[in-house]
Amino acid sequence: MPEEKIPVVDITGDPASAGNPIQQWNPVGTEDQAPASESRRGFLKKGAGLSAASLVGTAALVTGSDDAKANTSWAEHFQGAYRLMTDEEKQESISRLEQRYSKEYGKNVTVDGTDAQEGVLFGYALNIQKCIGCRRCVKACVQENNQTRGDEQEIEWIRVLKMEKGEFTQEKLNDGYPGDYGIQVGGNAYSAAGVVLEGEHYYEPEKVPEADSHYMPIACMQCEKPPCVKVCPVRTTYREPDGPVVVDYNWCIGCRMCIGACPYWARRFNWGEPKLPKEEMNPKTHYLGNRPRMKGVVEKCTFCIQRIRHGRYPACVEVCPVGARKFGNLLDPDSEVRRVLDRKRVFRLKAEVNTYPKFFYFTD
Amino acid sequence: MTTLIKFTIDYVTYVAKGGKQFYLWMGFLALFLIPWAYGNYQQFTQGMIVTGLTDQVSWGLYLANFVFLVGVAAGAVTVVFPAYVYKYEPLHKVTVLGEMLAIAAVVMCLLFVMSHMGRPERLWHMVPVIGIFNWPNSMLTWDTLVLTIYLLLNFVGGFYFLYQKYTGRPLNNSWYLPLIFVSIVWAISIHTITAFLINTMPARPMWHHGMMPIRFISTAFAAGPALIIIIFLIIRNKTALWIEDKAIDMLSTIVVACLTIALFLTMSEVVTELYHPTEHSGGLQYLMFGKHGLNNLVIWFWVSLIALIVGWVLLLIPKVRKNYTVLPFICAVLFAGIWVEKGMGLLIPGSIPTPIGEFTEYSPTLIEISNCLGNWAIGFLILTILLKGAIGILLGEVKQANE
Repeated sequence: MPEEKIPVVDITGDPASAGNPIQQWNPVGTEDQAPASESRRGFLKKGAGLSAASLVGTAALVTGSDDAKANTSWAEHFQGAYRLMTDEEKQESISRLEQRYSKEYGKNVTVDGTDAQEGVLFGYALNIQKCIGCRRCVKACVQENNQTRGDEQEIEWIRVLKMEKGEFTQEKLNDGYPGDYGIQVGGNAYSAAGVVLEGEHYYEPEKVPEADSHYMPIACMQCEKPPCVKVCPVRTTYREPDGPVVVDYNWCIGCRMCIGACPYWARRFNWGEPKLPKEEMNPKTHYLGNRPRMKGVVEKCTFCIQRIRHGRYPACVEVCPVGARKFGNLLDPDSEVRRVLDRKRVFRLKAEVNTYPKFFYFTD
Repeated sequence: MTTLIKFTIDYVTYVAKGGKQFYLWMGFLALFLIPWAYGNYQQFTQGMIVTGLTDQVSWGLYLANFVFLVGVAAGAVTVVFPAYVYKYEPLHKVTVLGEMLAIAAVVMCLLFVMSHMGRPERLWHMVPVIGIFNWPNSMLTWDTLVLTIYLLLNFVGGFYFLYQKYTGRPLNNSWYLPLIFVSIVWAISIHTITAFLINTMPARPMWHHGMMPIRFISTAFAAGPALIIIIFLIIRNKTALWIEDKAIDMLSTIVVACLTIALFLTMSEVVTELYHPTEHSGGLQYLMFGKHGLNNLVIWFWVSLIALIVGWVLLLIPKVRKNYTVLPFICAVLFAGIWVEKGMGLLIPGSIPTPIGEFTEYSPTLIEISNCLGNWAIGFLILTILLKGAIGILLGEVKQANE
C-alpha cells in the first residue's frame, strides 16, 4: 500500500496565504452558509426553527438601554436549573439572555434552546494516523464556542498531545541498573514512545507534522458513564439524551468537583471574568453550548451542540484539513462514525476507567 | 422561655467581659480580618483569578484547610469517646470543651468551602426544595449532610449540657446519652466521607485507594487531640478551671497511638507505590523527590515527615509525654506537621500530574493566604468565645440566679 501523502501546514504564518489550502475559521461569517452536512448527507433532520428566539433578540437591540447587565441580572440570579424549567420559563430565560448578550456584544445574538432529537446518539471518531498536529481544530473551537481569550487565561477545549516516536539506541543498552546483580532495568527503558501520559501539549514548531512526532488530540470524551456528572452536587452538568455532556452555566456553583473527577482533563474553569472581543463573538449560540459564560463556572466541549442539533458538523470536524475527524449518529448504521466503528480498528482512551467515551480513536 | 433568654443574656455578658489578655488576644485575631475582608472582596469581584489556582491544579489551599479542619472537628471526639464509652472521669468533666472545639472547627470548614467556591452567592442551588441537592449521587452532598448534622449534634449536645448546668437541673439521659453516642459515630463519619470525597475519583490515582479514610482518621485523631492538649494547658494556666493531669495524659496517649497508625500507613503507601512505580505514582514521586525539575513540595513533605517522626518518638517516652512544659510544643509541631501532610502532602499533589500527565506547580497568592488566615482567625474568635462561656458555666460563675 503506498504511503498516504500528508500535507505539511505552516501554522505560524497567515493561514490563508499561498500554498496553504486551509481557510481560517470564521464563525461570525458562517451564518449564511448552508450547513454542508445537512444537504450532503442529511444525517439529521433539522430541528425547530429559531425565528421566535431571533425576533426577541432583535427587539432587545431596538429597545436599547446601555446597562444590559444590570437590567437582567436580578432575574438571572434567581432563575432555576434549566433542565427543570417549563418551556415558558426556558423561553423567558433565553430571551433574557438574548437581550443581554445582544446589548453587550452589539450584534443580534441568538440563544438556541433546541432539544435533543429522538433516535440520535452523537459519537466521534478520530484518525490518529491522519492527524498532523496543526491545531486548526483547537483554534476553530475557540472561535466557534466563544471561549475566553487573552493574556490572563485562554481556554481551549481541545488539546493536541505531541507524542514522541522514541529513541532506542545501542549506546544505552548498558545504561540500566543495577549492573552487578543482572540488568533489571534496561537502558532504553525511559524512551517515551507510545506513552500517552508523556504527551506534550505546548509544542510550538514552525511546521507540522514534525518528523519525530505523531499527535493525539483530546477533548471531552462525552462519556456514557460520565464521572463528572456523578460528582456534581447541584446537577448542573448532565448528559443530554443525544449524548453530549453539558453544563448549565447559570446553575454552576463553581465547586470544581467535576474538574477533579474528569480522567481526561477536559473541563475548564473561568477563573476571571471571561474576555471575549465583540467583533470575534459568535452570535449563533446554544443555551447549553457556546453562549458567553460568566466568571466562576465550568465549561467544556459539547460537540458544538449549537451546530449538531441542526444537522451540522462540529467546528473541529469541518475545519480539519486532513479529514482526521469523523462525526455522526451512533444509532444510524450508515453514519460516518458507525462506518468507522464497523470497518476500522478503534480504541477508547483510558478504557480502564470504565467511563465509556463516545469519542473513539482509530487508524486506517 | 424566660430562662432561655436569661441564659443567653448571662452567657453573652460573661463572655464579653474579660481581662487585658483576653481583649489583646481577640484584638490580635480581629487584625486578620482586615486583609481577609479585602481579599474576599477582590476574589468576589474579580473571580478566582486572584488565587494561584489553575485548570491544572484547581483545588488548593482552601480545600486543603477544609479537609484538615474536618479532621480537627472529628478529632474532638477523642475527648468524648473515653468519657462516655470508657466512663473516663477526668475527660467526662470537660467533654463540653471538646464539643465547643467541634463547633468552631465545622464553622471554619464552612468558611473554607465558601472561599473555595467560584460562585458562593449560588450556594442556595444546593438547598433541597429551592435548589437541587444531588444526593445520593454526589459525594459532596454526603459531606454537606454529615457536616451539617455534626454541627447540629454538637451544638445541641454542648448547649443542652451547658443550659442544664446553668439552671442546675439534671441531664435527661434518656435522650442526651443516645445523642452523645450518635455524635461519636458521626465524628468518624464526617472524616470518612471527606476521604470518600476525594478517593472516589479514579481520575486522581494518588487518592484512589481504600486506605484513604483510615489514613484521614488516624492523622485527624492525632491532630485533634494535639490541639486540645494545647487548649487544655492554656485553660489550666489562664483560668480557674483545673483540667486533671490524667485527662491530658489520656489525650497524649491517643495522639501517640494514632500517629503510630498514621506513620505506618504512610510507609505502606510509599512502599506500595514506589516498589514498582507506575504512572499512578507520579504524584507521590513529585511530592517526595520532585519531577522534571519541579520540586516546590519536596521540602514540605520531608520537613513534615521528620516533624511527625521526631514528635512521635518523643511522645513515646512517658517522661516527655508527662512534661507539660515540653508537651505543648511537641503538640504544636505535630499539629503543623499534620496540616502540611494533609495539604501540601496530599491534597495538592493529588492534582499533580494532571490526568493527562502534565506536571505543573501551584503556589498560593497573598490573597489566598490572607483569606485562609482570616478564616482561621474567625474560627479562633468563635472558639475563644465558646470556650470562655463553657468554662464560666463549668466553674459556676454563670448560673441561674436564685429567685
